[in-house]
Amino acid sequence: MAKEIYSKYPLIKYLRKEALPTALCPGCGGGTVLNAFANAVDQLKIDPKDLVVVSGIGCSAWIASPYFLADTLHTTHGRAIAFATGVKVGLPDKRVVVISGDGDLASIGGNHLIHAARRNIDITVILVNNFIYGMTGGQLAPTTPFGAKTTTSPYRNIEHPLQISETVAAAGASYVARWTTAHVYQLIESIKKALQVKGFSLVEVISQCPVQFGRRNQMKEPAEMLRWYLKNSVPISKAKKMSPEELEGKFVIGEFVNRERPEFVTELNKLIEEVQEHFGLKGE
Amino acid sequence: MIVRGDEPEQIRLLKKLYRPGNYFMQGNEALAYGAIFAGCRFYAGYPITPSSEIAEMMARELPKLGGYYLQMEDEIGSIAAMVGASWTGFKVMTATAGPGFSLMQENLGYAVMTETPLVLVDVQRSGPSTGQATKGAQGDFFQARWGTHGDHPIVALSPTSGQDAFWETIRAFNIAERLRTPVVMLFDGVLAHTRELVKIPDVEEVEITYRKLPKNEEEAKLPFGDPHGDGVPPMPLFGHGYFTHVTGSTHKENGLRDVYTPEVHDRLVRRLHRKIEKNKDVYEKYEEHFTEDAEILVVSWGVTARPALGAVLKAREEGIKAGLFVPKTVHPFPGERMKQLGKRVRAVLVAEMNLGQMIIEVERYINDDVLLKGINKIGGVPLTVEEILREIRGVA
Repeated sequence: MAKEIYSKYPLIKYLRKEALPTALCPGCGGGTVLNAFANAVDQLKIDPKDLVVVSGIGCSAWIASPYFLADTLHTTHGRAIAFATGVKVGLPDKRVVVISGDGDLASIGGNHLIHAARRNIDITVILVNNFIYGMTGGQLAPTTPFGAKTTTSPYRNIEHPLQISETVAAAGASYVARWTTAHVYQLIESIKKALQVKGFSLVEVISQCPVQFGRRNQMKEPAEMLRWYLKNSVPISKAKKMSPEELEGKFVIGEFVNRERPEFVTELNKLIEEVQEHFGLKGE
Repeated sequence: MIVRGDEPEQIRLLKKLYRPGNYFMQGNEALAYGAIFAGCRFYAGYPITPSSEIAEMMARELPKLGGYYLQMEDEIGSIAAMVGASWTGFKVMTATAGPGFSLMQENLGYAVMTETPLVLVDVQRSGPSTGQATKGAQGDFFQARWGTHGDHPIVALSPTSGQDAFWETIRAFNIAERLRTPVVMLFDGVLAHTRELVKIPDVEEVEITYRKLPKNEEEAKLPFGDPHGDGVPPMPLFGHGYFTHVTGSTHKENGLRDVYTPEVHDRLVRRLHRKIEKNKDVYEKYEEHFTEDAEILVVSWGVTARPALGAVLKAREEGIKAGLFVPKTVHPFPGERMKQLGKRVRAVLVAEMNLGQMIIEVERYINDDVLLKGINKIGGVPLTVEEILREIRGVA
């Protein structure tokens, strides 16, 4: 099976063959995300030598690291964006991409996510939201839908999920979009846009975890979960006309923001120029 | 981009900006100057008393040198950003105090495991918890050693004055670069805020070093190997097309994760230890005063080493054969030398601003027939010459 992938999958050149097959479960949405990312890179003709991929801890942190053949920094839980901040300052001409999960980036790492968006640092974050802590065995996440069952909310979830895209858009990111793994072509287009935007960009991908989430919530099959996404997805233009009650349990998809704002590393380098100029430090 | 700090352009800027001479300055400023002369061009931090002047000075000076100051959202993010920047080639530093140091422990372990050079300054303040935020202490001796989880080696230095902070910071960077490892600087709130004379030397008087880089593609393929037999692998920096994979998980020599093979973990973690143990000449450093004929040995470190020397000098005036041993690299502890000295004396007094931390290391290296006593003071006020002298007289 693995051998067949190596010969038939056209984007295999972007993958670290010695690390395959992936650790992801059958039916996981992670493969779709990796495929979408590889397609976006391929369509934009980005040389992987110009990419640094950073991830944290959890299943979704494994989507691109170590499988994507680029410089890859697999960090501690929640801290990927902070590590990526240092990488981007050091390598302003490279594209720095963070691919990780909702628990990693929006719970334990939520503070870094908000502040990177506020700084508008030119990092692309692909946040894979599967509503659950998959790797640790299906515990409650800050994204778990109200009422859903997990191993640590065995009766029902009484907490409200964090609206990640809305939060990051409010914090000041240049580009924010949300899709699901059932919207592959839109997802590829958004990743392409995110990679080209000068500033902080977030692509939130709602992604199925049939093993840890679906199984406990009457959606054992991956296809059932994809159908659930399709049935409940509402384009952002339509969502604007709906009441909060009507939007309960829906997934708002589309582009939340796409705007120009001063970018952090550019400003940092501009500041250095100004300071050196001011103190007469420029070389002859 | 690589900024080593000794490029001709950097030398030109340093010469233009910092005229050699004697200056009256805070310990924190002296330490920051040391970092600048050592080639630190990336600083990520979060304000915390009594370390904040270091951040303020780096924010002011680094842009002049084309360097980067980043104020992160917390201490966890600060050390994370440092690791990221170090993998792009920068010499990196942060400064914090006890509470922030606690928050940095997880990623300090990450830096050990991924062999990332960085300098972490802990301006020790009185704890536990928020404690006496503005007051100095020496309570983080073991936080530096064992704060992060798991078996790991660590190198920690502790300067004894503002002038010493300047040179020891340069030494910290040189060790970090030479051994591809994080180095902790155990400074303290007393020295940090003491203003005293500090000599800024000519740039040429400062020797700095830079990490080993891979000589060829083959070496770059083994970012965690040991091609030179010294335990220190060359560092294939990001952005050079090496496709380096870095992870805090147990990894093979090529960087890829393998957490299932016991031998892989054993090999990696033992090499990390060996790398430090066998390169003692790179970091071991201590000072001795009157140890040749001493009968009473005072052992002290950091800020307390100063009143300790005063007390030993006074004791000598009184005809008491006292001596002083000051480990400058406190981790790994200079145990061999301690053992030799311990054999020649009848009493060892360990003076420190805590309730007895370095004394636990000292105890491991001296015999039972030697009288061992701690001279301890907490509350934020440093030990005085008189207080230490009294204890010396008590055992004379």
